[in-house]
Amino acid sequence: MALRDELGPYFGEFGGRFVPESLVAALDELSAAYMTAKLDPSFQSELTELHRTYTGRPSIITEVPRFAEHAGGARIILKREDLNHTGSHKINNVLGQALLAKRLGKSRIIAETGAGQHGVAAATAAALFGMECVVYMGEVDTVRQALNVARMRLLGAEVVPVTTGSKTLKDAINEAMRDWVANVDNTHYLLGTVAGPHPFPVMVRDFHKIIGEEAREQVLALTGRLPDVVTACVGGGSNAIGIFHAFLDDVDVKLVGFEAAGRGIETGEHAATMAMGRPGVLHGARSYMLQDADGQTVESHSISAGLDYPGVGPEHAWLKDIGRATYRSITDAEAMDALRLLSRTEGIIPAIETAHALAGALKLGRELGPDSIILINNSGRGDKDMETAAKYFGILDGETK
Amino acid sequence: MTSKVEAVLDALKVTGTGALIGYLPVGFPTLAESIEAAVTLVENGVDILELGVPYSDPVMDGLVIQEATQTALAGGFRLSDAFTAVKEITARVSAPVLLMTYYNPVLQYGVDNFARDLAAAGGAGLITPDLIPDEAHEWIAAAEKYDLDRVFLAAPSSTDERLAQAVKQCRGFVYAVSTMGITGARTDVDAAAHSLVTRLRSVGATHIGVGVGISTADQVTEVLSYAEGAIVGSVLVKALADGGVPAVGRCAAELSPK
Repeated sequence: MALRDELGPYFGEFGGRFVPESLVAALDELSAAYMTAKLDPSFQSELTELHRTYTGRPSIITEVPRFAEHAGGARIILKREDLNHTGSHKINNVLGQALLAKRLGKSRIIAETGAGQHGVAAATAAALFGMECVVYMGEVDTVRQALNVARMRLLGAEVVPVTTGSKTLKDAINEAMRDWVANVDNTHYLLGTVAGPHPFPVMVRDFHKIIGEEAREQVLALTGRLPDVVTACVGGGSNAIGIFHAFLDDVDVKLVGFEAAGRGIETGEHAATMAMGRPGVLHGARSYMLQDADGQTVESHSISAGLDYPGVGPEHAWLKDIGRATYRSITDAEAMDALRLLSRTEGIIPAIETAHALAGALKLGRELGPDSIILINNSGRGDKDMETAAKYFGILDGETK
Repeated sequence: MTSKVEAVLDALKVTGTGALIGYLPVGFPTLAESIEAAVTLVENGVDILELGVPYSDPVMDGLVIQEATQTALAGGFRLSDAFTAVKEITARVSAPVLLMTYYNPVLQYGVDNFARDLAAAGGAGLITPDLIPDEAHEWIAAAEKYDLDRVFLAAPSSTDERLAQAVKQCRGFVYAVSTMGITGARTDVDAAAHSLVTRLRSVGATHIGVGVGISTADQVTEVLSYAEGAIVGSVLVKALADGGVPAVGRCAAELSPK
């Protein structure tokens, strides 16, 4: 069987549904609705039309030669998911799930968000479809991504700061799951990454695989061959699986995901789940996760809120274990350097999440040598990160008296 | 191979009172006080103990229990403390002790090891809020090996087919979730609870505990008119948090149907 054909609920020993019984009926309902929609040409054509007229798909690819000069002569090509409406790949999944929610007759959607990109996308879809929207966001993240909080509220969503646990993405997911348990009748949980219980990892992947499908054709048209490496940043793993998926059965194409090494893996302050975690159950699925000896989830750290997650999607865990993809890590400092480099060499300001993949590509290019082709999922734009970047680089003038 | 929990439920059915099942987390406010509080519950009319294992990501719990378990974790709770608590409590009182635990701590300890050490400590079995029978092959095998109860949840939203599966896989009792929601006191016990119990009976359930949202003596009495056990948690945890061990004892005595 082709690697692309995996349908869940398990990827090897990973995945599954480790959830309270109260949610099983909703997951069954969602699985059935998704299977039906997947085979329904009217659903697919509605989604395709939305992507054409609203998202701005297909997104273009951009070759970045001035940036690539720093990568040992490799050719580097960006898949420009940052140019999508709302500024990241997240809209692909959100529109798909919102259409499904509509089919299921749900009038309310809830979502978790870390960096706020998924929350903004969910709030956008809710506005578009006239649905009520509640976004759970760790209190820590509401501070470091204040601009996105404002965007969500402007779009009409209620943003609930989560003050339990580590007050970041993982706790936002816990709170969204609690809400869903209580309100499953009228509410769809619009989960934003390829984690969580089945069918989310498969369904979210399917809504994002368009990234790789488009990019594969575009790179072939531009260069006449497939890339040597396809790479992306990995938090939960949605943008990475989105660009990897079309290449899973192209055995000569290496797939490399870059996790957040934070202040350095050796400091313990990182979000390098694949490098430093071990298999366990978190948020409804079995996968790699950062945990202590007792199975308590360990808090992660990354300068990028979107990668600051102690788990990872089960399909990635499986791709790692079977050796189809490799996962490496990039520190806060390396990512910020790459963010500035792309800005100054190409006039493209990436999200800090995305900058981890860019930093990784610089290393890969030097390893692979001249004439190699690297395709990067440029998953999001950096506008939301300007406050963090300004502080990091000290580029704002002092306050005027 | 008999379930001590089922024996207690059967005995109380004969007397006509039904069983009060009381929840407290291990390690809150300290390990020693949590043990003392659990013993006090039994001395004040609780028939079966449900000891919660603090966990970093308790998706089924409301704020009261979340705060207590986070306090226990911040205070240095280790998984081995759960076995210590079971051992000390069962040495002092005869009520059966079930652990309520999310699955990952069990998985990391090793499912078989966990069952072995729980049995050795005198524990009766596990209540698993985020482990459905579909995913529980390893735990069910270990429970059989060590003669432990396995309590799975049944929800108002569960299909009859899933209820039948839960009844088949449970030993001890089936945990009937009274309402679509997480733990925490509520003013009324949902009518959904009674209809869920009726549906569980029709697929063969003989031992049913109703939990989530039960916080008053009237609610306990009402539930025990149609189920073998009434499970009370958040109101006990709140009493312990506010007034220490004496308060949790008074709270249990007020809730007890006897």
